[in-house]
Amino acid sequence: MSEALLASETPGAGATKAPVPASGARQFWRRLRTQRAALVAAAVVALLVLVALAAPLLTALEGQDPTSYHPGLVDSARGGVPVGSFGGISADHWLGVEPQTGRDLFARLVYGARVSLGVALAATLLQIVLGVAVGLASGLGGRWLDQTLSRATDVMVALPLMVFALALLAVIPSSVPRPVLVALVVGFIQWGGVAKIVRAGTISLKSLDHVAAARLSGWGGVRIARRELLPALAAPVITYAALLVPTNITVEAALSFLGVGVKPPTASWGQMLTSADVWYQAAPQYLLLPAAALFVTVLALTVLGDGVRTALDPRAASRLRIGTGRKREGGS
Amino acid sequence: MTTTASASAATSVATKARRLTGGFGGLLGGGFTGFVVRRALGAVVTLFVLSVVIYAVFYVAPGDVAQITCGPRCSPAQVQQVSEQLKLDDPIHTRYLDFLSGIFAGHDYSTGTGVLHCDAPCLGLSYQTDQQVTELILNKVPVTGSLAIGAMVLWLILGVGTGVLSAWRRGRATERILTGVTLAGTATPVFVIGLILMILICGQLQWLPFPQYVPFTEDPQQWAWNLLLPWVSLALIEAAKYARLTRASMLETLAEDHVRTFRAYGVKERSIVGRHALRGALAPVIALSANDFGSMFGGALLTETLFGLPGLGRELVQAVRVVDLPVVVGMVMVTGFFVVLANAVADVLYAVADRRVVLS
Repeated sequence: MSEALLASETPGAGATKAPVPASGARQFWRRLRTQRAALVAAAVVALLVLVALAAPLLTALEGQDPTSYHPGLVDSARGGVPVGSFGGISADHWLGVEPQTGRDLFARLVYGARVSLGVALAATLLQIVLGVAVGLASGLGGRWLDQTLSRATDVMVALPLMVFALALLAVIPSSVPRPVLVALVVGFIQWGGVAKIVRAGTISLKSLDHVAAARLSGWGGVRIARRELLPALAAPVITYAALLVPTNITVEAALSFLGVGVKPPTASWGQMLTSADVWYQAAPQYLLLPAAALFVTVLALTVLGDGVRTALDPRAASRLRIGTGRKREGGS
Repeated sequence: MTTTASASAATSVATKARRLTGGFGGLLGGGFTGFVVRRALGAVVTLFVLSVVIYAVFYVAPGDVAQITCGPRCSPAQVQQVSEQLKLDDPIHTRYLDFLSGIFAGHDYSTGTGVLHCDAPCLGLSYQTDQQVTELILNKVPVTGSLAIGAMVLWLILGVGTGVLSAWRRGRATERILTGVTLAGTATPVFVIGLILMILICGQLQWLPFPQYVPFTEDPQQWAWNLLLPWVSLALIEAAKYARLTRASMLETLAEDHVRTFRAYGVKERSIVGRHALRGALAPVIALSANDFGSMFGGALLTETLFGLPGLGRELVQAVRVVDLPVVVGMVMVTGFFVVLANAVADVLYAVADRRVVLS
């Protein structure tokens, strides 16, 4: 949902923006550094990525793994309620165990971070690659190609992501691992936004002198795209993509929650919430931990995305910083 | 989870914003009627392409439909029979044309023993129950409609109200708090907030019953009482989005030159914010609401599943579980149809809102 705001708060979504100068990266960091909220968010995101990468290490430290059943730790007479107080928290199981199966909750939560971030990043990358490819082809190609691709983009934008993804995931016979499949489906459905931005940017850049000069000197489409267009399109695309990541995290969680995304034994935060309402009295952390993990991750990524936008497009941000002249992050 | 269905909202809002700034002369020059006609034609073309894409994707991609329909214990001969009955052996374009003609003229299906008729807007028959998909969908519309309309009223009031308040109180503590709350709202998936609210309010405190759908025509009071929690869950999440949009559009208007002129002439701040800046936020809010209403399926999918409301979303989830392709395809088509329609309506409304801004 956040990119709705992104697009509307950044008129033209950067289509007519001047190209980022060579020192863009350094300038970007300097501007990002001045935003306290974005810095905190970046730290949280870094920590989450670390946790995801170090998942095997962390669970080894605890001495557990995410998929082993521990039938001895759940009370089968009471429907599988974890034995012991607070959902079975103990020195061996730091956050308790999953009801019914007795799988270690800490391990599943930590491995869930891998799925959540991995799927979201992969899907976002795919969305960027497809969107940029279609947008460039549409903007540089002839009238016929442009019409066809634009119509295709319109259709992809019109398809409600959740409905289409749900339906697709159900009918695709999957020999592919589930997380990969989810990333592919989400990536292939949701590239329309990037394509629209890139197409608009390409068309407005095409008329600029240096691009026209490149065309006249006989450069091919690929070379023009790589040398002249992509550097200039990077800022709007990154701005947009930064907010696609939290959206994709939510989508993966939602699909897994509905039972068509990532399936057990692979751990996913959304999937953990599917049956959490039954157990909230005996093991409240089974509900609260994945919910909190999702919330913190999406929040941190959204704030970071806002910060990235402010750093890349300070003018749009400063338009929103009127009145007191007090420093605020733009458009949040 | 409306959070998801909204990259579409994003881009179309962006397009509209661009149209607002750039496409004015063309719009008025070509005449309002011309604009509407052009927009309608565009929608028809998109719908056609959409139907081709959906049909192709779902009837080409999946594995053995006949096997799944028949069940795991079917013999190969039985599977073959089912496949013939469903005409799965015909080439894909013949089947698509069949499907298309069914929408306009209805369709007769031979079952081997007799004929099943499917009325004019025919989207096929359920593989599972032989029920007409159109009928199945129509039966569920009141539930999803109740959910959507109630939630939408709530989130518009809540969202626009919050947005106006934070734009008015910009730079003060109120705004900072509201900004934080709405940010948290956009970061919460609807099924998380719904789950927690349901456990708290229905489970622990027992203030409300666990939602069960009661038709409005049966008992309006129970209808509202049971839907209150789903409405609130959905509205809280959506309102955050609208609050951000309203605030941003208003702040943008407030930074414009004509507002400075108003201030110089001594127009009261309250009137500037409440009248002029709010008007600037009106068009994007209309556009986004039309879009969201169209893609309500997305949000309703999770809300209905979570609260067990027998609406379109839950029907789709169930059809998906048993791979009832005609139902799934019908649902996706109808959803896409609504989104395209809502987008077209939004564009027209936007043009209307624009003209008013210009004329005043």
